[in-house]
Amino acid sequence: MENLVSIGVRSIFVDNMIFAYFLGMCSYLAVSKKVKTAFGLGLAVVFVLGVTIPINWLIQNYILNQGALSWVSADFASIDLSFLQFIVFIAVIAAMVQLTEMAVEKFSPALYGSLGIFLPLIAVNCAILGGSLFMVGRPYNLGEATVYGLGSGIGWLLAIVALAGVREKMKYSNVPGPLRGLGITFILVGLMSLGFLSFLGFAI
Amino acid sequence: MSVAVAEVVEKKSEPLFSKKNRKLISNPLDIDNPITVQVLGICSALAVTTQMKPALVMAIALTVVTASSNVIISFMRNTIPSRIRIIVQLAVVATWVILVDQLLKAYVYDVWKQLSVFVGLIITNCIVMGRLEAFAMGNKPGPSLLDGIGNGMGYGLILLIVGFFRELLGGGAIFGFKVFEAMGLHYKGNGLMLLPAGACVIVGLVIWVQRSINGHRETH
Repeated sequence: MENLVSIGVRSIFVDNMIFAYFLGMCSYLAVSKKVKTAFGLGLAVVFVLGVTIPINWLIQNYILNQGALSWVSADFASIDLSFLQFIVFIAVIAAMVQLTEMAVEKFSPALYGSLGIFLPLIAVNCAILGGSLFMVGRPYNLGEATVYGLGSGIGWLLAIVALAGVREKMKYSNVPGPLRGLGITFILVGLMSLGFLSFLGFAI
Repeated sequence: MSVAVAEVVEKKSEPLFSKKNRKLISNPLDIDNPITVQVLGICSALAVTTQMKPALVMAIALTVVTASSNVIISFMRNTIPSRIRIIVQLAVVATWVILVDQLLKAYVYDVWKQLSVFVGLIITNCIVMGRLEAFAMGNKPGPSLLDGIGNGMGYGLILLIVGFFRELLGGGAIFGFKVFEAMGLHYKGNGLMLLPAGACVIVGLVIWVQRSINGHRETH
């Protein structure tokens, strides 16, 4: 339990997807102009990360790893399918995003209306694939992987809402012409990332 | 992101290096740069640029993947049903990325180790998907190849600029060659440049300089 809390806190603050690894930067910059839409996209990312990471964990440990197929038959013990990792993971992600989209559309049209356009975007958000690839490189069990997925998603949500808040206020400041828009946003992200450095070494 | 509408290049046959086709290569280097103007492929641009060598390898890998998937998708563009095109595109891109990944692992293992997950993340790199959507789905294979190479080079250019400053100021070296020591100076690396924060600020400054020169402005 203690371990799970520690992984959760680490993935939200210390190993933040945006500020420590720059994952999902494209949609992060493109959709952070308003807090409301940023929050919607953030929620969708939390959900998709929380679902795909455990599924990909199961696939990695029961199908792709060397010897993982031995539960089917002892003959398969020497098979190593890990080179298929990328294509399998991206297929799972695309399928999950599609399923999520259909489920949300069916059960909550209101949420679909506000979230709809962002859901397909998530399939190509590198934070999702990156989360799965990082998970493979770490010795997590299924529970830890789920917490890691949710934590990374929440960290991403936190980062995009914070940036959107700052950018809403930026409208009122007089930024030099060539720096306006993308340039100043990058510098803002840099400063926010410096702030998040203060969590370094933070552990429970 | 400016991926929505496919730009259609003229369908008439023309020599491969006509003026228009040369523009396909030269535009992404400056006024249509994938990173600083189209805002695509930022993640890896920031993450792999602490040193120039991984930045260069990453740029080459991305150029290969973009150009080759552009060509393949362009050949298939009339047969792909539009509803499942994202999946088809992802499958093609993922295949190329697996090839590049295995090649890097076999021939430049140390750089491959350094790049870690970012080779795999070329699959979801928005430059690749963005160019497939915006260009290859509406154009012939020839121009698509040039467009892929051009965008890969535009990406590589920014990567090398950012990597140059980060490695020089952060580690006092260029391509691993200790510049300051060779000049007999003592230089203590600026750790900030190696952190994510330094990368963001440098990209911001590059955008500032580039837009001051070419006059591109955003309202907000």
